[in-house]
Amino acid sequence: MADPMKIRAQMKGDTAEVRVLMSHAMETGQRKDNAGATVPAHFIQSITVDVGGKRVIQGQTGTAVSRNPVFGFKVKGAKAGDKVVINWVDNKGDKRTDETTIAA
Amino acid sequence: MDALRRTLLKGAGATGAIAAAMAAGVLKPSQVLAAEWNRAAFDAKDVAGALKGLGGAGAADNTGIVIKAPDIAENGAVVPVDVSSSIPNTLFLAVLVDKNPLPLSAAFDFANGALPELALRLKLGQTSLVEVVAKTADGKFYRAKKEVKVTVGGCGG
Repeated sequence: MADPMKIRAQMKGDTAEVRVLMSHAMETGQRKDNAGATVPAHFIQSITVDVGGKRVIQGQTGTAVSRNPVFGFKVKGAKAGDKVVINWVDNKGDKRTDETTIAA
Repeated sequence: MDALRRTLLKGAGATGAIAAAMAAGVLKPSQVLAAEWNRAAFDAKDVAGALKGLGGAGAADNTGIVIKAPDIAENGAVVPVDVSSSIPNTLFLAVLVDKNPLPLSAAFDFANGALPELALRLKLGQTSLVEVVAKTADGKFYRAKKEVKVTVGGCGG
């Protein structure tokens, strides 16, 4: 199981700003180890963000996203106290779901 | 009573039709709930191929797409990129790195109040154009690009 995500969600006017840090190696499959063998690709493929029970973002990512990915989103019409649920799935089927509430 | 029976039969028929469509692969459950990873687009070796995979081969240049990225990135392994679109009804943004072995980096759908804005960090193998493709509610595609110079690459060992 991967390490928990760090999620920060805060209201700015009528818009919630959400930032999330995911802990993941994001191996590209292009890199070689010291023995010269190719390190197999291992990366997050799918991300979903739900705010207040509604799916707001559905993302797909490739290998070019940096190690320990950081994403920032803005959601209009969300309210302080709304629950933010973020989920990712990688190409090996590992997954992780974490949640927080939007701070005022 | 006849009318009720009719309604029931109709209802059963409709549910049956959905089940049949799912069985036939027309409506995959994964497509209904969550789009499947777009392998054709993500495995494309060039921007044109990736755009084709996304269905946006004919994307037109548009200045409503804003790409915020450093002009010169010292470390290609972590390049902060902020993209946003002021084109009305933008529902989808994709970020591509022209010179990377696999250009398509991220493809995000926005709904239920999410603004078409995305901040992320990318790996750039070398100096390259960062391209952003936006899709609007009417299915039209738009694109914009910005060059980022890289002094130390982010791919390889």
